[in-house]
Amino acid sequence: MNSRSCLYTAHEKMGAKFVDFSGWDMPLHYGSQIKEHHCVRRDCGMFDVSHMTVVDIDGSDVRAYLRYLLANDVAKIIEPGQGLYSAMLNDRGGVVDDLIVYALPRGFRLVLNCATGDKDLAWMNEYAQGFQVTLQQRDDLAIIAVQGPQAIARARTVVGQSIGEKISALKTFNSVFAQADDSWQYARTGYTGEDGLEIILPSSEAEAFWWQLHDAGVSPAGLAARDTLRLEAGLNLYGHEMDESISPLQANMAWTITWADSKRDFVGRSAVLAARDAGPQDKLVGVLLTQRGVLRDGQAVYIEGCEQLGVITSGSFSPTLGYSIALARVPVQAGEWAEVAMRKKRETVRLIEPGFVRHGQPIFAPYVEQP
Amino acid sequence: MSDTPKELKYALTHEWTLDEGDGVVSVGITDYAQESLGDVVYIELPEVGDKISAADEAGAVESVKAASDIFAPVSGEVIAINEDLEDAPETINDSPYGDGWFFKLKMSDPSELKHLLSADEYIESVEEE
Repeated sequence: MNSRSCLYTAHEKMGAKFVDFSGWDMPLHYGSQIKEHHCVRRDCGMFDVSHMTVVDIDGSDVRAYLRYLLANDVAKIIEPGQGLYSAMLNDRGGVVDDLIVYALPRGFRLVLNCATGDKDLAWMNEYAQGFQVTLQQRDDLAIIAVQGPQAIARARTVVGQSIGEKISALKTFNSVFAQADDSWQYARTGYTGEDGLEIILPSSEAEAFWWQLHDAGVSPAGLAARDTLRLEAGLNLYGHEMDESISPLQANMAWTITWADSKRDFVGRSAVLAARDAGPQDKLVGVLLTQRGVLRDGQAVYIEGCEQLGVITSGSFSPTLGYSIALARVPVQAGEWAEVAMRKKRETVRLIEPGFVRHGQPIFAPYVEQP
Repeated sequence: MSDTPKELKYALTHEWTLDEGDGVVSVGITDYAQESLGDVVYIELPEVGDKISAADEAGAVESVKAASDIFAPVSGEVIAINEDLEDAPETINDSPYGDGWFFKLKMSDPSELKHLLSADEYIESVEEE
């Protein structure tokens, strides 16, 4: 029997089609993933992401522990509510998971991927040996992401004036707590390339809040739209753009590694340093296919004059652009043009920096005819 | 369960066939097929005049999620295609048995219709999947 979010009944009432996502029955869409995608880009939508793993960490060594466990440095976090995106690396410098870490009024909170949740907990417990820390998985919390240009305005009609003002003042990756404790955390984060919030709240209160948002004009959106939105935004998905065999340097995540404190050791440090000194063999790029057809994960990418093949790590259709886009890992010498082995023939594609759409608009240089 | 009209004949590969009389059939994909595919974004149709044998590839449909070939349920010559689908592929999701039809065939052997599934048989085959 699969796990069910505390919002399962609400999803059923809203006509969700469910999908098995790593042992959870989660909404894939509520009729049309494309309509939900447009709704988030043009107005605002809400996602149930309660399947994600939340782990709270406390104890006298919590900072030292996280400075060792994570490639980004929690020393950058000065006050409760602040968040950081980070990779958790293995000894070989591969990515065990990517996550957001927040400072709580007491201790820290990690929000991790669902598919890797059990592995992450085992990993974190193993590395907790020798540190005075306690790890607590928060199965009692739900997460609702409200995303889109109208997200803040709509959410503010539901949360009341005092917290509403705090939400509007929040910087990206910062959060605010509605109570003195850590329940009801509003974070200015997301996975869509739009403004918005990720709200971590008690499961017991999630369904009432979901319906309040619905009544405030926020439409539900499923995981299918979440995937096309994150792909348009050029954001990585664990298991696609990176995994335990991929260095963060190969996944455009060099910016998430903090080297500022040269005395700080962290798991994977020496391996990543060695990889950095050796220089890149490949790079993660964005792919545009303006002809008919949809790029799919695993398709081979051919670079002229290069024996080594690239591979599509995430491919789909971009509802905003009206054609297919992808992320791909290609040999470092790849230029602006490549070919992809599609279903029936090879098609010419253009390679760009990863990132296609932000705040509703294309963010890459206009398409020009291949010379 | 998806909509499966009684008056149509079905193929295991999820195409429906409507006998329009005078040896002509129209062909599309079933409600179950469009629901499984999700939002359709591209469509490939045969050309008018193409002669196709039963079970041969007659086009393709591609959704955000997956691509799928379309097979001719019976043999014949393509006498019409639904060009509106090129600009509005979502019609296949909205109206799989109506405006979402793919093409019409002039059958070369109308007895082939007998080999297709009834609505009940098709439902049974889908439930076994």
